[in-house]
Amino acid sequence: MADVALRKVVKRYDDVEAVRGIDLDIADHEFIVLVGPSGCGKSTTLRMIAGLEDISDGDIMIGGDVVNDVPPKDRDIAMVFQNYALYPHMTVAENMSFGLRLKHYPKAEIKARVTEAARLLDITDLIDRKPKQLSGGQRQRVAMGRAIVRNPKVFLFDEPLSNLDAKLRVQMRIEIKKVHQKVRTTTVYVTHDQVEAMTLADRVVVMNKGRIEQIGTPNELYHKPATRFVAGFIGSPAMNFIPCRLEDVGGTLQIRLTDRIAFPLPPARATRYNSLPRSEKLLLGIRPEHLTESHAHLGPGVETFDTVLDVTEPMGMETLVYFGLEGTPICGRVDPNAGAKDGAPMRLAMDLNNMHLLNDETGVVL
Amino acid sequence: MSTLAIDKAGPSRKVKLGSMSRDRTWALRWSYFFLVLFAIFFLTPPVYMLITSLKSSAEISAATNPWWVFHPTLANYVELLTSNQFLRFFWNSAMISITVVIVTMLISIPAAFALARMKFWGSATLATGVFLTYLIPDSLLFIPLFKMLAVVQEFTGITLLNRWYVLVFIYPTLTVPFCTWIMIGYFASIPKELDEAALIDGASWLQTLTRIFIPVALPGLIAATIFAFTVSWAQFLYPLVFTTSIDQLVLPVGITTTLIKGDVFNWGQIMTGALLGAAPPLIIYAFLMDYYIAGLTAGATKG
Repeated sequence: MADVALRKVVKRYDDVEAVRGIDLDIADHEFIVLVGPSGCGKSTTLRMIAGLEDISDGDIMIGGDVVNDVPPKDRDIAMVFQNYALYPHMTVAENMSFGLRLKHYPKAEIKARVTEAARLLDITDLIDRKPKQLSGGQRQRVAMGRAIVRNPKVFLFDEPLSNLDAKLRVQMRIEIKKVHQKVRTTTVYVTHDQVEAMTLADRVVVMNKGRIEQIGTPNELYHKPATRFVAGFIGSPAMNFIPCRLEDVGGTLQIRLTDRIAFPLPPARATRYNSLPRSEKLLLGIRPEHLTESHAHLGPGVETFDTVLDVTEPMGMETLVYFGLEGTPICGRVDPNAGAKDGAPMRLAMDLNNMHLLNDETGVVL
Repeated sequence: MSTLAIDKAGPSRKVKLGSMSRDRTWALRWSYFFLVLFAIFFLTPPVYMLITSLKSSAEISAATNPWWVFHPTLANYVELLTSNQFLRFFWNSAMISITVVIVTMLISIPAAFALARMKFWGSATLATGVFLTYLIPDSLLFIPLFKMLAVVQEFTGITLLNRWYVLVFIYPTLTVPFCTWIMIGYFASIPKELDEAALIDGASWLQTLTRIFIPVALPGLIAATIFAFTVSWAQFLYPLVFTTSIDQLVLPVGITTTLIKGDVFNWGQIMTGALLGAAPPLIIYAFLMDYYIAGLTAGATKG
């Protein structure tokens, strides 16, 4: 068990900077998820921690020791790959014990560790099978077993669930969380799926274009995103961004979305945004769940407006409604019984207590 | 009601299946036609050899139907298999071929692994270069090779010419490039995550090669082995040039030199010798083909 630290880590491929100076502290026992779109440098970062990629600049520390030039086998890490990377000619037990056998562990201990890991992952019955006789989910369990038996300082997961179907992915996600709760090994997990990131992580690291956009607990990222990228990446359907500006009308600060639509800001928000220049081009960030059907008992800070829906998507427990506001496509979530229909007019309510205000140019959340 | 529905659906499905199976039938007929054609084409010479090997010299030269044996005899087989000379040729061929296979594998496997996996400066060019050397025909190489050996022999005093074992050093110039090239292909098809997993598990490059790559690429290894053995066993030009004494000859050269005396062709024994000579490669094929199953990597990764 160990903490992991990255200090100004850079990865360059010829002229391209894939990772542009990352600082990250991962505490002992922590489950960290690196998340971001393809090409954001998250996998490269993971592979640098593993030692599979050299770092161009900076330092990587595992358990306080700088490991920049330490080969993978001496870093005491274990990695689970997206495509499992099981040794096809070995049985499940042989796959799991390969690392221990290379290190000449006593046979009795190897057997004990493999049995324990197999029990933990519920693959005891498969121990004598070859990888080709296993399903995708079973293979991924074996790959995890191979990591667990080594009892390493750090677990590294490189998009381990991406090859599984949706249902199995949810199931394996829970399994991974359970395993981490039991073994408590420091874990770095890479995924492009923000749901996986939110559900698994103690802290999520959102990456974009080789940089860290924000580090925080899932709730922090959801409720207090730092940038437009994080605000748009975390949460599904994504947050709506509506061009707007602030104006003073009769002593109250209000936010104008269109010529027709302007809402007074709730007092707390008005105080927060009062110092902003009124001419600044801003974006109102509002999540679909804060854009619901209007009903009789609306709380303070909830404002209504009328619109005509373009498309509705019934999801069962809710209905997603899509409409345009002066060319900006917007998504809302309404009750399935609220009577939302394609092309029909509807009165919607916007909860401004949960609004975000962003600088249109810099993308910073104000 | 439901019966009616099935009846209705019946004909259209039948037509579709029928057309498909008709296509398949014709495809099968054509493939059998060509298979039989090729089988006749390729099996006629060995059958003719077998027929001739079972005849006495008198019957071979008699004006009877050459495709039939009227007085079968095993005299040719007995004579060859009890002749020390023939057994010597056989022994020489076997020793050379087995050693060449071992030498080739010892060079090709590490070379292919290095070229396929350890990305070093110029590795791609080198891999192409290895294959290009295979394209130079041996008929171009034997004179300079002979000259080289003669020079080395002169300087060191070690007898290299007219010794069967020198072929062990020469044949790999034919087998190594092609075998390396085959192995590069097989090694390259192994997913990269597999060696990365081994690396993280604590394996050295050598352990990755011996414990992961060789077992996983076994079909490729067997293909390369078969190739190296066949090339060494059937090689004619090099042994003809580099060995001259009867006791140093290999099977193909031995048969033609000792069984053709001037313009007298001992056809019965030539055919018998050739048939017996073809047996070892056939046995090796039959034995190794069981292991030569593709798709051994199935299950390593997704897909």
